[in-house]
Amino acid sequence: MSHVEGLPLTRGVPQRADTRLRIRRQGRWLLGLLVPAGAALAWELAVRAGLANGRLMPPPSVLGATLLDLAQGGDLALHIRATLARMAAGFALGVLAGTALGVLTGTFAGVRAALDPTLQALRAIPSIAWVPLFILWFGIFEASKIMLIAVGVAFPVYLGTLGAIRTVDRRIVEVGRSFRLGRLALARRILFPAVLPHYVVALRSGLGLGWMFVVAAEFMGASEGLGYLLVDGQQLGKPAQILAAILVFALLGKLTDTLLVAAAAPFLRWQDVAQDVVPGEPPRRREPC
Amino acid sequence: MLSLRHVGKTYPNGAEALAGVTLEVAPGEILAIVGGSGCGKSTLLRLVAGLEGASAGRIALDGVPLAGPHPAIGIVFQEPRLLPWLTVAGNIGFGLTHLSRPAREARIAAALARIGLPDYGGRWPRELSGGQAQRVALARALVVEPRVLLLDEPFSALDAFIREDLQGHLLALWSDTRPTLVLVTHDIEEALVLADRVVVMQPKPGRITQVLTIDLPRPRARTGADLLHLKQQVLGLLRHARPAAAKANAYAASPAA
Ligand SMILES: Nc1ncnc2c1ncn2[C@@H]1O[C@H](COP(=O)(O)OP(=O)(O)OP(=O)(O)O)[C@@H](O)[C@H]1O
Ligand SMILES: [Mg+2]
Repeated sequence: MSHVEGLPLTRGVPQRADTRLRIRRQGRWLLGLLVPAGAALAWELAVRAGLANGRLMPPPSVLGATLLDLAQGGDLALHIRATLARMAAGFALGVLAGTALGVLTGTFAGVRAALDPTLQALRAIPSIAWVPLFILWFGIFEASKIMLIAVGVAFPVYLGTLGAIRTVDRRIVEVGRSFRLGRLALARRILFPAVLPHYVVALRSGLGLGWMFVVAAEFMGASEGLGYLLVDGQQLGKPAQILAAILVFALLGKLTDTLLVAAAAPFLRWQDVAQDVVPGEPPRRREPC
Repeated sequence: MLSLRHVGKTYPNGAEALAGVTLEVAPGEILAIVGGSGCGKSTLLRLVAGLEGASAGRIALDGVPLAGPHPAIGIVFQEPRLLPWLTVAGNIGFGLTHLSRPAREARIAAALARIGLPDYGGRWPRELSGGQAQRVALARALVVEPRVLLLDEPFSALDAFIREDLQGHLLALWSDTRPTLVLVTHDIEEALVLADRVVVMQPKPGRITQVLTIDLPRPRARTGADLLHLKQQVLGLLRHARPAAAKANAYAASPAA
């Protein structure tokens, strides 16, 4: 992409305002940490003081020890890797399918009329209901798990993509038409950038659902993965292990979401959003100017 | 030469926006179109711009019938419609992708200087005022050097002071390459100050009531006796062209008129 046309990466807000903003952001980040840290500390003290029983709800120190234990044996890395691999494959597949369907139905009214009702009906099925069928179809190993995650990811991505394409401002499209852009150029130079912010949001909700479904997938008989740690912890009565796995899920979910937002951020710098809005959130509907 | 012959437009919902419009605009001419709301002014421009197809008649540029957007015809809309994901420079250069980068950047820089925003190339559209954004939109349409530029109430959203400023800008830009300008406006004074001819339209169906030739030397004083006289004449025509129900509140009473 050319310098003028491309989504430029460098420019902008005066340096000073930028820095001030960053400091404010960091401050808020710390503020967000305050509540969980406070709760953890309170629980730890309560258990130590004998005010609460830490057996079913182990205090942070026990949790830390369990995590350390899992990490030192190399188990934690193994489970995380297994879960991440499934998640990556399922997410990629789901994004691919959801995007392709969304672009097709969003672009061609005929395809939309033909496919959208069916897809909406499929979407209405609680995806967990597919589990038995997927096991019959794809076996109990990786394929069925990946498919389940993909199904979970595909629908929000499909909906988001379709919605984004359908709501592109007609007036902006007319600008492209008045410059005699062909179908492809129109898609590349007008539709794609116009849709991008909404698409990022769709990816984020897809990712969120993907994390939900990876757990469901791993409940159906996995021998490794964070979901396996959950099942194992329940069967062997190890609440600390369950909580440790939950904690890792929380961290991974947040981390992947942050990475997604960070990857998209350079392309969305043009967005005119209120300062408080979470980055990557859909832009406020605004008169194009 | 832009020519329209018996052009009609009926929208799919049955609204007859234009009927039997015949008009010729000479190269380099500035033509203003005035008329009440809903009399088909925007429709007329959209037909010429190729954004909408005519249901009857023929529109031709230099004898060649138009089918769809034409490279020599540009349009500036009422709102700037800048692409928010491109910088000001990116917006101005939007129609210049066929040029090499140095050539494109040179043209953009020249255009920015011409509209009085030389340092604004790196800004985002959201960082512009309404008047600045409209100037950028004007530059975007003009850098491709169209032979015909259509303007649909380009300054109507701006206050009177900025509007006069931009009218001056438009005349200056026009004098560079002398494109044909077709300017739709609600502001009769604007029409009289800028145009060689003023087309007065009336609604239901949209058609031309009268074409006035403004034979005054430029630059024109807004308060000149000739101009004020012409203004009264146009107001009279517009009042006459209004549907009976609307005549009660005279055209002159509405602020932008
Ligand atoms: N897309 C459309 N579909 C159906 N009818 C339309 C459409 N656009 C305009 N019309 C109708 O056509 C007529 C002319 O509309 P047009 O927008 O050309 O008027 P105008 O002279 O530009 O008015 P204004 O001064 O308010 O901008 C109006 O009666 C309007 O209701
Ligand atoms: Mg109009």
